[in-house]
Amino acid sequence: MSALLDVEGLVVHHGQLCAVDNVSFHVAEGEVLAVVGANGAGKSTLLRTIAGLHRPSAGVVRFAGADISRLGAHERVRRGISLVPEGRRLFRSLTLEENLLVGAHKALPGTFDIPAVYEIFPWMKERRRANVAQFSGGEQQAVAIGRALVANPRVLMLDEVSLGLAPIVIERIYEVIPAIVAQGVTVLLVEQDVSQGLKVANRVHGLLEGRTSLEGRPDELSARDIEEAYFGADLHHSPPGGRS
Amino acid sequence: MTWTNVIVQGVLFGGFYALFACGLSLLFGVMRIINLAHGDIAVVAGYTAVFLVPHLHVAEVWGFVVVVPIFALVGYVLQRTLLQAALDRSPLTTLLVTFGLSVLIENLLLEIYTANGQSVNIGSLIGNSWQVNSVIYVSWFQLVVLIVAVAVLGVLQVYLSKTSTGRLIRAVSDDREAAQICGANYRHIFGIAAAIAVATVALAGISYGILTELTPTTGGSQVLLYAFEAVVIGGIGSLWGTLIGGILLGVAQQIGAHYNPAYQVLAGHLLFLAILALRPQGLFGKKEALA
Repeated sequence: MSALLDVEGLVVHHGQLCAVDNVSFHVAEGEVLAVVGANGAGKSTLLRTIAGLHRPSAGVVRFAGADISRLGAHERVRRGISLVPEGRRLFRSLTLEENLLVGAHKALPGTFDIPAVYEIFPWMKERRRANVAQFSGGEQQAVAIGRALVANPRVLMLDEVSLGLAPIVIERIYEVIPAIVAQGVTVLLVEQDVSQGLKVANRVHGLLEGRTSLEGRPDELSARDIEEAYFGADLHHSPPGGRS
Repeated sequence: MTWTNVIVQGVLFGGFYALFACGLSLLFGVMRIINLAHGDIAVVAGYTAVFLVPHLHVAEVWGFVVVVPIFALVGYVLQRTLLQAALDRSPLTTLLVTFGLSVLIENLLLEIYTANGQSVNIGSLIGNSWQVNSVIYVSWFQLVVLIVAVAVLGVLQVYLSKTSTGRLIRAVSDDREAAQICGANYRHIFGIAAAIAVATVALAGISYGILTELTPTTGGSQVLLYAFEAVVIGGIGSLWGTLIGGILLGVAQQIGAHYNPAYQVLAGHLLFLAILALRPQGLFGKKEALA
């Protein structure tokens, strides 16, 4: 099986800072890959670069066999890449339905349209004419996922969907992911909350200070492996006060 | 009765200011561009009506039919080239670039057409007025401008709230990046917004040329300032606010002029300063627009 999304030797800078340093991975069609890592590990930058919001300094992003490294973000949506950005980033002066309509305006043909999103999140139908600025964090997150889904992506990228949400709300958000995957959508998600990422993922990719620190299947990885990949391998071995 | 006349004349002038201000309001609301060349673009549109339209064998009254579409195109191209390049650097760069554009336009017009005033000649139509009673005369043309201003703002409001392109303009103005990941080419959307803005400015510039006289420096010294004041009084981001802002500015000026013609401009500025001091977000603006 060939990879749907193939990232090779990706390097991304924020000014002087190297946020993503020579990262390579691939995601096969229908797979769920979780990228885990601490704050500042370069996870969001990685997703934003794949979405086309950052230009990489080096490396290639291939999608369905084609090099898309030079395409603008809006063109990548037409290829089938959608991002649910960190912080939800809804259109705050628009209603719920208008948010979804904007999400759908360049949609590929497929199963997800606005009624389908209302089926996944039944509460939305009643409040479709309400302004999204008044929604709770969890509701806004659901709208952000809906807005990305209505474009009928082949790869759905989720950036920190759990951020700032209550555990019960996070659980509800994560409950819908299997239904999305069942429709053949490939999912690439980024999480600080490792346990959430591990629950839904087929594979895990750890990032530490912009570099790959771990790769594997959730069932093959021990808690120790993940902890080291998350915080740094020499965490347990360094003398007290040695490294800051 | 004299006071009624003062108010009526103020409202008529206000329509004119609102027509000038709506493009400025749109450009700032959507792209956060403060277009210092706004008034000068209006003057160029007026000059185009004066110097180009007669060659086309079009009656000068209908000059806007030719000039407005040309300026819509100019707006799109200007946004996609110069203004976008400035925006990509920083929002402050747009201020410098539009200031430069303003200087450039004024001096080119001076060089080519001298400092003489120019008017768009629509013949006897300009003199027609409607006598309401012994003191109140309503100029037909000013009434037409007021109606056009209300119509332009109304159509724009409906366009922004009901059409899919209007929805995209609002989305891009809310969050440019989020619009991109929804598949919107924000540069193109910005271009459309600029096309609309510059088209309305052209309409206002031609009206100005019909109503009084245009000189190469009219745009920077008068038009821009009044348009700014109308936008600020009404509140940024509110199209109907811009109309009310324009009308209040017009009424304030007429009240000032009623006491002493020298106070006309001063009264408008005083209203503007009072609004800035007491309600900086403008009458219909949202507080968050200031952030």
